[in-house]
Amino acid sequence: MDTLLQQLINGLTLGAVYALVALGYTMVYGIIGLINFAHGEVVMIGTMVAFTVIVALAGSGMPPLVVLAIGLLVSVLVCMVLGWALERVAYRPLRHAPRLTPLITAIGMSIVLQNVAMIIWGRNYITFPPMIDKKIYEVGGASFTNVQVAIVTLAALVMLGLIYLVHRTRIGMAMRATAQNPHVASLMGVDINRVIAMAFIIGSALGAVAGCMVGSYYEIAHYQMGFMLGLKAFTAAVLGGIGNLAGAMAGGLLLGVIEALGAGYIGDLTGDFLGSHYQDIFAFIVLIIVLMFRPSGLFGERTGDRA
Amino acid sequence: MNTRIRKSGPGRQHWWALLLIGAVLLAVPFVAALGGQAWVRIANFAILYVFLALGLNIVVGYAGLLDLGYVAFYAVGAYVYALLASPHFGIHLPFWVILPLGAALACLFGVLLGSPTLKLRGDYLAIVTLGFGEIIRIFLNNLNAPINVTNGAQGITLIDPIRIGDFSFAQTSIILGVSVSGPQKYYFLLVALAIMIIIINVRLQDSRVGRAWQAIREDEVAAKACGINTRNIKLLAFAMGASFGGVAGGVFSAMQGFVSPESFSLMESITILAMVVLGGMGHIPGVILGAVLLTALPEALRYGIQPLQQALFGRMIVDPESLRMLVFGLALVLVMRFRPAGLWPSSQRRRELAESAD
Amino acid sequence: MSEHQVLLEAHDVAKHFGGVKALHDVSLTIRRGEIYGLIGPNGAGKTTFFNCLTGLYKNESGHFIFDGLRLAADAPHKAAEVGIARTFQNIRLFGNMTAIENVMVGRHLRTHAGVFGAISRNSATRTEEAAITRRAEELLHYVGIHERAHDYAKHLSYGDQRRLEIARALATEPKLLALDEPAAGMNGTETEALRLLVEGICRDGVTVLLIEHDVKLVMGLCGRVAVLDYGEKICEDVPAVVQKDPRVVEAYLGGSVA
Repeated sequence: MDTLLQQLINGLTLGAVYALVALGYTMVYGIIGLINFAHGEVVMIGTMVAFTVIVALAGSGMPPLVVLAIGLLVSVLVCMVLGWALERVAYRPLRHAPRLTPLITAIGMSIVLQNVAMIIWGRNYITFPPMIDKKIYEVGGASFTNVQVAIVTLAALVMLGLIYLVHRTRIGMAMRATAQNPHVASLMGVDINRVIAMAFIIGSALGAVAGCMVGSYYEIAHYQMGFMLGLKAFTAAVLGGIGNLAGAMAGGLLLGVIEALGAGYIGDLTGDFLGSHYQDIFAFIVLIIVLMFRPSGLFGERTGDRA
Repeated sequence: MNTRIRKSGPGRQHWWALLLIGAVLLAVPFVAALGGQAWVRIANFAILYVFLALGLNIVVGYAGLLDLGYVAFYAVGAYVYALLASPHFGIHLPFWVILPLGAALACLFGVLLGSPTLKLRGDYLAIVTLGFGEIIRIFLNNLNAPINVTNGAQGITLIDPIRIGDFSFAQTSIILGVSVSGPQKYYFLLVALAIMIIIINVRLQDSRVGRAWQAIREDEVAAKACGINTRNIKLLAFAMGASFGGVAGGVFSAMQGFVSPESFSLMESITILAMVVLGGMGHIPGVILGAVLLTALPEALRYGIQPLQQALFGRMIVDPESLRMLVFGLALVLVMRFRPAGLWPSSQRRRELAESAD
Repeated sequence: MSEHQVLLEAHDVAKHFGGVKALHDVSLTIRRGEIYGLIGPNGAGKTTFFNCLTGLYKNESGHFIFDGLRLAADAPHKAAEVGIARTFQNIRLFGNMTAIENVMVGRHLRTHAGVFGAISRNSATRTEEAAITRRAEELLHYVGIHERAHDYAKHLSYGDQRRLEIARALATEPKLLALDEPAAGMNGTETEALRLLVEGICRDGVTVLLIEHDVKLVMGLCGRVAVLDYGEKICEDVPAVVQKDPRVVEAYLGGSVA
């Protein structure tokens, strides 16, 4: 089997998920400069909700694809409300607080959401019911499934939609203006509160989509799954240059590929001294190296100190 | 008028206050022991966290560097102690050799991580330190093969207690006619360490180096223009914080007799940071309060929630562990919502907030 | 001009941002003990020149010779160390530190106590700390804001903040004090007081480089003046001559004032 091609395919799938989650971090950060630590938990809730809906409808006789679509839709809606509520209840009152205050709030919300999820869905792994007959395709010695194709395609469509939204609509323009300079944007009549709320809502919707993808890819879910996923996605956002949408997408894909390649080759590289359970460190090592040489991330603007 | 610059000697009532605090500190382990040694251990952890939080306060509170991987240095100290004073390698060095060694190694790690990354802006530094903490934890978890260095997820057991000659901190002994248990001995050791770090924090605050840190926190460009080598001064804060983390780790190892990677998760770093911010960043009494509260609260919840549910509903409805964490998370959110500068901020930050609220 | 009379020489200093040339081979010479003015319309490159001189920006070509030594580019703290202190156009104080603490930070460079001194509070450190405090008090007196010594920098009035920034700069014991539009936003009385202060600083042996918009202030204060326009030095002479130079009138004064 051709490992390189295989790892690239797996990395691309994972990377598409990272990219979607990273967009949620980057949109919020770009506009209010907050690391929304709870975003990973929003993704997790998205997975859990989709799971519940799919399980509930599985025996209803509806076609599997419709069930999946309903699960995705409900999950997106729930996460949008959750994202909106997070901003409204937890972060908005702290808009003018010292820098670290909202960060601690975000961490607190992350703990709260995780434990709420645990109370609702229990502390055990949940198995996703397989709704689609998995088909395996072989190309050049590597194999991929129709689920992977669906994930990458859906992710690409969602990202195109986001690009359209940000560049072609009024709210998108308001978001870009606010990210540039909130003060001036508000003088120009942009409703800052609405823009910030939209960033949370859109980011959470993307997170829900990503959550559904992770669930159907690994066919498993857990109340702590959002944490590492969120961490990696945030790393991807920083890698691409936080606040930069294209950067988050590229950073996500890149991170997915690096991780997959790293996991595939670490044994060979270190003479079997380090095994594939070191997969999780690649994200951070790459991050540290990239930031050493490009302090604003790969695609971030170089911001010089203005005197 | 600000009195931080010219310090008058402690007045009479200061002495009384100190005496009172001393008496309370002396009484705590014996009062706690009435409820069992477990309570003494909780008190010990509270003080260990005071130590850790004040170590982190130098980095975050004074120099303004957001470090989300502080636990990495704590882990380094703990594992240095565990490896050099346990049957794992059959090495049993005395604590006064290992603690400085652990501090030095933690300091070295701090410099290695800090020198390439301290030029990064705040949030990037946060994520890099966070990543570093995870890297350390993953290595601790997996370095049991092909050579067994850390014993993986099982951790290292049977770690030597701190021992001075024949006087072991693990056993009960009679001192001046009073029976003092192992945990109680560690309590006094920890109090001594905590007093040391409080003095260090206080003295650094009004020093040439402390002012340089504050200057960097306030405006890095202006600090550079004043001739401050910001890179070195930041590295100094980072390395100092790391060293204190290393010392705390060593004591933790000796006190527990057992370490495993589980104790050094990101949640631990976050908890320590939360202590600093929740208490009142940069304000020593606030940080102490934050550390004590955040250690005591989960414990109180651990003991309180189960009986409360039994009394209210007659049975356990919600898993007490998750309810405990839920309340902890809510407490963080609520304190930040209603006291954004922390529970006990310095008067300076309070004023700052009052202004921005206008 | 003999060697020891020259404090700063800029040789063909050039800097561009992307495609925009902010400085185009600027050369100038500042003599010891003078007040040297640098004027020019907005965006002419004055602050960029300042930032290159003080190591905040790295110039692409050209170099500075300060006090006989070539300046290492892009290290602001080194510029301060060899004796170039500056203020900022948009005042940069340590807002949450008191006025006196701001000046004490300025002493950092000329003092030595490290972490161990701070923690042990040994006699050397205590002596040094007392000296720092004393010098900071003197400097606050010197610029006339000693009554506000223990107020937070951000609570000072605009004019006092400008003075505090000058005191902080002086605390580094500079040979050259570079002031970036110190009179911006000041009223007539404040400007007059500033003029007296700068004259005093110069009399006390510190060479002054002054960027200013207020033409009247520059003309009254400076011994020599250079004019920048579109990143190029178009003229350098005593104020009386500069004022009449047609290129200056054209570029800077727009033909309306002369």
